[in-house]
Amino acid sequence: MESLSSLQIAISLLTQFLPVWVGLGIIISLSMYYRPHLGLYGHLFDSRVGTIGLILVLFWVLTALFADLIITHDPLAQISGMKNKRPGFPVRGMEGTFYLLGGDNLARDIFSRVIMGSRTVLSIAPAATVFAFMVGITLGLPAGYRSGRLDTTLSFLSNLVLAFPVILLFFLLVTPEIRSTGVPIYLAAVLFLFPIILFVVLFQSRFYTQPTKRNIYVSLVLVIGFWAYSGLAFNMDPLGVFYMEPNLLNIFVSVVFVNAPTVFRIVRGLTLDIKTRDYVAAAETRGEGPWYIMLWEILPNARGPLIVDFCLRIGYITILLGTLGFFGLGVSPESPDWGMTINEGRKLLSIYPHLAIPPALALMSLVLGLNLLADGLREQSLKD
Amino acid sequence: MWIFIVKRTGVMALTALCLTFLVFFLTNLQPNLEKLAKTQGTMRMSDEAVDRWLEQRGYKQPLLVRYGEWLGVSPGFLLVKDNGKTLGRCVKPGADHIPNYCGVLQGDMGWSTVFKDHVSSIVSKRLGLTGWLMLFVMLVMVPMALIIGVLAGMREGSRTDRSLSTFAIITTATPEYVSGVVFVVVFASSAVGLRWFKGSSASAMDDITIANFTLPVITMAFYGMGYIARMTRASMAEVMTAQYIRTARLKGVSFTNIVLKHALRNALIAPFTVIMLQIPWLLTGVVIVETLFNYKGFGWLLVQAASNNDIDLLLACSMVAVFVVLVTQLISDIGYVFLNPRIRIS
Repeated sequence: MESLSSLQIAISLLTQFLPVWVGLGIIISLSMYYRPHLGLYGHLFDSRVGTIGLILVLFWVLTALFADLIITHDPLAQISGMKNKRPGFPVRGMEGTFYLLGGDNLARDIFSRVIMGSRTVLSIAPAATVFAFMVGITLGLPAGYRSGRLDTTLSFLSNLVLAFPVILLFFLLVTPEIRSTGVPIYLAAVLFLFPIILFVVLFQSRFYTQPTKRNIYVSLVLVIGFWAYSGLAFNMDPLGVFYMEPNLLNIFVSVVFVNAPTVFRIVRGLTLDIKTRDYVAAAETRGEGPWYIMLWEILPNARGPLIVDFCLRIGYITILLGTLGFFGLGVSPESPDWGMTINEGRKLLSIYPHLAIPPALALMSLVLGLNLLADGLREQSLKD
Repeated sequence: MWIFIVKRTGVMALTALCLTFLVFFLTNLQPNLEKLAKTQGTMRMSDEAVDRWLEQRGYKQPLLVRYGEWLGVSPGFLLVKDNGKTLGRCVKPGADHIPNYCGVLQGDMGWSTVFKDHVSSIVSKRLGLTGWLMLFVMLVMVPMALIIGVLAGMREGSRTDRSLSTFAIITTATPEYVSGVVFVVVFASSAVGLRWFKGSSASAMDDITIANFTLPVITMAFYGMGYIARMTRASMAEVMTAQYIRTARLKGVSFTNIVLKHALRNALIAPFTVIMLQIPWLLTGVVIVETLFNYKGFGWLLVQAASNNDIDLLLACSMVAVFVVLVTQLISDIGYVFLNPRIRIS
């Protein structure tokens, strides 16, 4: 059977992404229609940069969601005779199917691997960012608001982590030997506690005048929080819902650990600035507690820069995960992680360039989308 | 000013102490030591043999004692075997007398178990190679970034600004392992045909040529450039809205003169700090680029030390890295004061 020409490859790729195009069309047209009521998100469409960024990000989110529909072959299956074959090569033994972007050095379909790889990235990066933000916020608010010795200690600790070269820390923290000592579990035990603390304090400070409401919220947080905590950190969830592979936990915890100090510094700086405002003085005069002021007066007013940094940080963590994969420290040796695929492909780069280019471009376009989105958000939030 | 520097140096020393202890702790965890014993001895050592191996080389002492040995504040471990052979931290092949203390304070960085050589000589050789890489990266990256930033920031919102800013965003979204791969395919692979440069820089370790050094340099410069350019742009755009620029314009000074003589000096204060703080970030790039282009410098050394759990070498590497971070922070703070006389540090 004939190989596909470049044009045919392009057309097949476009049709494979059909669910994504449909989803994108629906989301964009709905957003455009309800634009005046959507606040900052609606304003995003005023800037061209922001719109392009949003489309790129949505494209990858939808691709990760519909990955099962988009892939043409099993991303782990090795089909004999397909090793390093060029893009558009017909699959042996399967009439009418092609390796759209060629085969890798283990005769697996590169296109399907790249698509499945988006799932790995998009399930880890945003979650790790959320955790890093919760840790950073829980520590940064009191450090900035209270100042004094607490601030000095926490700032010293965060500078300590920041002075450490990221790559070295990963080489030390993400190894099979470390996993067997349980260091990641201890780190997880500390880091995963912060979201629970944050939410408990959040509801306690807001509703302590209405005990019934407060009791419901706080107990809900505690039950769900510690349920997830036992599963994620110690893998002891009685119901078996929450679970993380030891390897994944190791990477996840290290990524959160590296990023939390930067978030801490940002939150602390913003708090130092905002606490001099009149509405904070007004709340103090009203007799509000310190945690109420921090979480319900200062934090909402710091949201602009935090949202922007959130987008940038997801991109940065995506790059970081790619770096880890590049050095063979990825989630698992078999997984179609982008960084790992690039690493495998680069060894044969001068003979078979098609191995490493697709994951490289995929990673770049996702990070570019996130950066453009952050830029658009910054532009729009400055206008208010 | 001097009090500030002394204070900062104190904090730096404390930071370095904490961080080296952290590295020491992580490299000396039991499984890591067992791995070390097995790679240094034989792979099929029994558990007792591993234990004995560690015992005889002093790895079984308490962690703090051993950290003290490495620092040079507690005497080095020494064991005289039955057959008269001596084993210990301070025993180096080829040396006649065994010193009592051999730590960092005595100027002894230790012995590399992988390369079978003094750590200080290995590290200085590899650092020299990386120094060349960094020099060329800086020479390409800084002027390019400043030009892009100034051109974009001098007329905010113009078409030049928009396209240059987009370019800057694209570069920050392209990590070294992506741009490196793309550059190799375009400029060095036999498949595409543009064989301008070489895809490997192994030969650059002896002799740097345009063919073997261009790709690693532009790969690193490309990723670092965008951030500096964006900061320069923001700083330039802010300066251009200042009162004194308006005055100069109203006086009838030409636009070129305003940019070059009035705006530029003030606009370059902020980027200076950014450039200094960017240097430690280049380390990750160094590691990636040296792996990708097979250039055996400091980054390559770091990978070797980490993957073989070569404790002394890894500690020396982290000391160098931490030192670079802290010194660049200090320089950026002091430089900022010199460049911007409105700021005083107490």
